[in-house]
Amino acid sequence: MTAMVKAEGVHKSFGPTHVLKGIDLEVAPREVFCLIGPSGSGKSTFLRCINHLEKINAGRLSVDGELVGYRQQGNKLYELKDREVAEKRRDIGMVFQRFNLFPHMTAIENVMEAPVQVKREAKAVARERAERLLDRVGLADKAANYPAQLSGGQQQRVAIARALAMEPKLMLFDEPTSALDPELVGDVLDVMRSLAEDGMTMIVVTHEMGFAREVGDSVVFMDDGVVVEAGHPREVLTNPRHERTKSFLSKVL
Amino acid sequence: MTDKLNKAEEPGDAPPPTPAAVPEVIRAVPVRHYGRWVSAVITVALLVLLVNAFAQGKLNWGAVPDYFFDDDILKGVRNTIWITICAMVVGVVLGIILAVMRLSKNPVTSSIAWGYIWFFRGTPVYVQLLVWFNLGLVFEYINLGPIYKDYWSSFMTPFLAALLGLGLNEAAYMAEICRAGIQSVDEGQTEASHALGMSQGKTLRRVVLPQAMRVIVPPTGNEFINMLKTTSLVIAVQYYDLLQAASNVGRTSGATVEMLFLAAAWYLVLTSVLSVGQYYLERRFARGSLRQLPQTPWQKVRTNLFSLRTRRGNV
Ligand SMILES: Nc1ncnc2c1ncn2[C@@H]1O[C@H](COP(=O)(O)OP(=O)(O)OP(=O)(O)O)[C@@H](O)[C@H]1O
Ligand SMILES: [Mg+2]
Repeated sequence: MTAMVKAEGVHKSFGPTHVLKGIDLEVAPREVFCLIGPSGSGKSTFLRCINHLEKINAGRLSVDGELVGYRQQGNKLYELKDREVAEKRRDIGMVFQRFNLFPHMTAIENVMEAPVQVKREAKAVARERAERLLDRVGLADKAANYPAQLSGGQQQRVAIARALAMEPKLMLFDEPTSALDPELVGDVLDVMRSLAEDGMTMIVVTHEMGFAREVGDSVVFMDDGVVVEAGHPREVLTNPRHERTKSFLSKVL
Repeated sequence: MTDKLNKAEEPGDAPPPTPAAVPEVIRAVPVRHYGRWVSAVITVALLVLLVNAFAQGKLNWGAVPDYFFDDDILKGVRNTIWITICAMVVGVVLGIILAVMRLSKNPVTSSIAWGYIWFFRGTPVYVQLLVWFNLGLVFEYINLGPIYKDYWSSFMTPFLAALLGLGLNEAAYMAEICRAGIQSVDEGQTEASHALGMSQGKTLRRVVLPQAMRVIVPPTGNEFINMLKTTSLVIAVQYYDLLQAASNVGRTSGATVEMLFLAAAWYLVLTSVLSVGQYYLERRFARGSLRQLPQTPWQKVRTNLFSLRTRRGNV
């Protein structure tokens, strides 16, 4: 079975700052893959590389067996056109720390936007799916609300529904609960848990160790642009082998 | 330490606090604003003097209402409105294109936009109008190959000269306004849109521009009002606008100054209408940025009437 995401020696720098220093990892289909690590270690950057919001400088990164951002012919790599990059992003959903809902559209319009605009789906079909998705995240009654009229937790659940509307094969979550009040975190995690149960492949950057332990199939600890430790959540979170992992966990737990 | 704090906060089974009794309503002598009264009286007195001076002057005020709906004047009004709208359309469309070009990563595109803005903002509109009109001295013919060929003077009608002169100039200002608007939109919005698979163009049209509008619309309303007044310069290219009409009528009827007041009154009417339009447009684009839109003046009047009625009903 091909890996859903495969990274081999991925490097990324912003000018002089070397952020990713050779990342190797593999995410299997249907896996819930948790990424933890201190601030500035490059977790968000890596996630953004996966859907080509950032361009990698060296190494190989592929999603579902296809290179991200390039096409290989023989020994040569050809950069993909903007249109082709956009096409590949359809299959990858992304959820942001700060929600990034479109503030000028209602909740349901947010969810319908991409299917109608990108897939040219009929409005009625898109609306029906959007209603179903909003119901799934527990917000059927908030369809007509604008984002400013929703709580943080509700906004994040709409954002998840919006990503799901494109029927992605992979979901990327960048600290989806970090901007939320503690009592709102649970609702969002519940939605993510149910997604995991349905077999969605998910890469989750998170500080919620409880979620990682309970739902995660594997956990990777990143520090300073490298993967320090990877394995089953029980091993990494309860029996870390490396000093750096130990000291990080002692701070967050 | 924490134990102590907790104990201090839990004084056994204290009774719940009872709501305090409503204190006596304050009755005090309000501050008197004598200064306000004095200045109001002075202002009114000065106004009366001014109006009186105009009324006593050798002006035939009756000519203003007589000619207000004169056919020639109305034609001038229609032309002024028409050239204002056309020039603004050119300005806004070209302005958005220039703003996008200016923000593009391609250095050639962004320098072209920069150069355009530099030139058209750096020279007076009046000069630009004259240049368009007189470009026939440089180009005798306009020749677009098999599509179109004519003398410059018959191609460059007063309307076209006015449109190019005003519209191209406006585009430079609109470009700066649009650029500020586009830059005001959070980068996370573009990112979210791209992550959903939306193309650059779709992202701009569906996500960035609608949000930029909130920043773009208020200054554009001002530009519109400015444009309406600036059109009075098109007299330079012999376009028959409101001011041209007013001075023509003034010349034939002998009421020159009166017709200038008439023109001023028409301009006031038009700009007032635009101001009202601007208010409602700004409201429309505030959608989603406010939890609840403020009431329009009309709605305020209605709710006030309504509450008066119910209040009276309650008594
Ligand atoms: N566009 C950029 N330009 C320059 N430097 C950047 C850019 N994006 C990220 N960086 C730098 O890359 C490093 C890693 O950032 P990244 O956002 O990936 O960290 P992170 O692990 O997600 O941290 P956090 O937990 O705080 O979100 C940081 O030092 C940051 O300053
Ligand atoms: Mg981050």
